[in-house]
Amino acid sequence: MTALAHSGHLTGRQLRALTRQPAMFGFLLVQPVIWLLLFGQLFKNVIHIPGFAHTGSYLEFITPGVIVMTALFNSGWAGTVYIDDMARGVMDRLLASPVRRGSMIAGTLAYQAITTMLQTLVIFGIAYAAGARFPGAGEGIVTTLVAAALIGMIISSFSAAVALLVRQQEALIGISQFIVLPLQFLSSGIMDTRLSPSWVREVARFNPVDWAVVASREALSGSADWALVAGRLGLLAAVAAAIALLAAGAFRAYRRSI
Amino acid sequence: MSTAISPARSGAPVTASRGLALRAADLVKTYPGRPPVRALDGLSVEVVAGTVFGLLGPNGAGKSTTVRILSTLSRADSGTAEVAGLDVARQPDQVRRRIGLVSQKPSSDPMATGRENLVLAGRLHGMSRRDAHRRAAELLERFRLTDAADRLARTYSGGMARKLDVAIGLMHRPEVLFLDEPTTGLDPEARAEMWAEIERLAVDHQTTVLLTTHYLEEADRLADRLAIVDHGRVVVEGSPEELKSALRGDRVRVELAEQDDTGRARSLVGGIAGVGEPVVEGRSLTARADDGAAAVPAVLAALDGAGIAVASVTVARPSLDDVYLSHVGRTFKEDEK
Repeated sequence: MTALAHSGHLTGRQLRALTRQPAMFGFLLVQPVIWLLLFGQLFKNVIHIPGFAHTGSYLEFITPGVIVMTALFNSGWAGTVYIDDMARGVMDRLLASPVRRGSMIAGTLAYQAITTMLQTLVIFGIAYAAGARFPGAGEGIVTTLVAAALIGMIISSFSAAVALLVRQQEALIGISQFIVLPLQFLSSGIMDTRLSPSWVREVARFNPVDWAVVASREALSGSADWALVAGRLGLLAAVAAAIALLAAGAFRAYRRSI
Repeated sequence: MSTAISPARSGAPVTASRGLALRAADLVKTYPGRPPVRALDGLSVEVVAGTVFGLLGPNGAGKSTTVRILSTLSRADSGTAEVAGLDVARQPDQVRRRIGLVSQKPSSDPMATGRENLVLAGRLHGMSRRDAHRRAAELLERFRLTDAADRLARTYSGGMARKLDVAIGLMHRPEVLFLDEPTTGLDPEARAEMWAEIERLAVDHQTTVLLTTHYLEEADRLADRLAIVDHGRVVVEGSPEELKSALRGDRVRVELAEQDDTGRARSLVGGIAGVGEPVVEGRSLTARADDGAAAVPAVLAALDGAGIAVASVTVARPSLDDVYLSHVGRTFKEDEK
């Protein structure tokens, strides 16, 4: 109960800080729009390649892909709050207070999940405005929100762990470059992997980013294979839990080193 | 729980941790590296509840490491540490509820206002929303931050930010407050204000304060007792007065009216009990006295009895500088370089 309250207070702290950085807030919302419209136009015609198994428009195909991509990029910076807190005395103060490490991680993950879900809704709004229509909109949007939040939490936990172990903002740039980008492009986010080389297709099967995209796209199709959706979401949840534990472990390592 | 109880330096037998807010015994801490840094090398310290205790020493002496261990942030390699009778390594959660930590670095969230910083700290310590707001307003008032209460902390001046740090540390009314170099980097005015605040803390004796500093003047003024720390150990401990008195060397300086009298004056003063090493320099005579205040009337009476006219008398107490020099073997200024 206390742990939950602590997480809530820490989530609130980050949300409040976000509202005070209108430029940052705006960027969070504008960035996915650019991706959606840019990629949507740039690769508009890939849908006509024989074998591209999607019945709607490319915009409809890419919407869950951009949502997941946005969640990835947004979450890669989740560790920033720890780096800032360590540079100041905030981390020391929190660690010397009754707040548990788990609550500190949970507070950050909840914050990331909330911002990711907001972005997701904005992207759906833009996609609709641009003419996209999803046969399974109701269940599809809910599923996409869950999938995006889960993939966001996975990357956030990873970012938090790296921040606690390396303690440099630069390391988080590395996450974007070496983890987020490859994960994105080794998935069916913007391209049907059936048209990719077979090794990409193989890798994608083990890629959490692909699980999130597949689950979302499937649910939005209106004729969803719910076993597939549940399976992918389950895998995402399992990985999210495992990486959150890793982040908690990084906290232990950080404490030992000080 | 450590069973090997060492007698307190003050002479009072310590049979339990009662009355002691802090107790560290033989703390050893080595940080890995090449070569490894032995930050603490058997440091022991005891702090009576409701007092201000100063840890004085140069940078790297082990002051902050001691604070980190006592505040549950770090673990000692060996030795025991207790806060309010609770072992910091075994009961860290209970310790954390009883302490406030003001670390060397600014510890407010720059993107929150002063009030929000305080309220969040209170809420994290389990205070209700209402209690937290009431306590925050009280502390803002006390630290004269009310006008800036609803401004973001990042707009605060150095002195204001430091006061906010201390207020955050006091939010949950901790039994023990750790102040790690509270005035480092502050301008003289802000430092004087901070000193006044710390003195006010000590007045009601509700809070035990462990203060680390590398300012002699700060330790002298604020600490009821202090320990000089060097190379990870306590070199000497006592009240500032005790430490200075222990040097047995107030300096009594007599300015004579006539230079011709210096020879006689020197032998007269040298013959007074508790006064020694008289040195003549021009018309002035300087001697070391066990107790300067007591020696002055005797010196004046002896000179007056011999018909020697005196222009002035001054007594200089030994400073903490002298104490530091005599125990550490280096002047404090040298260490600060």
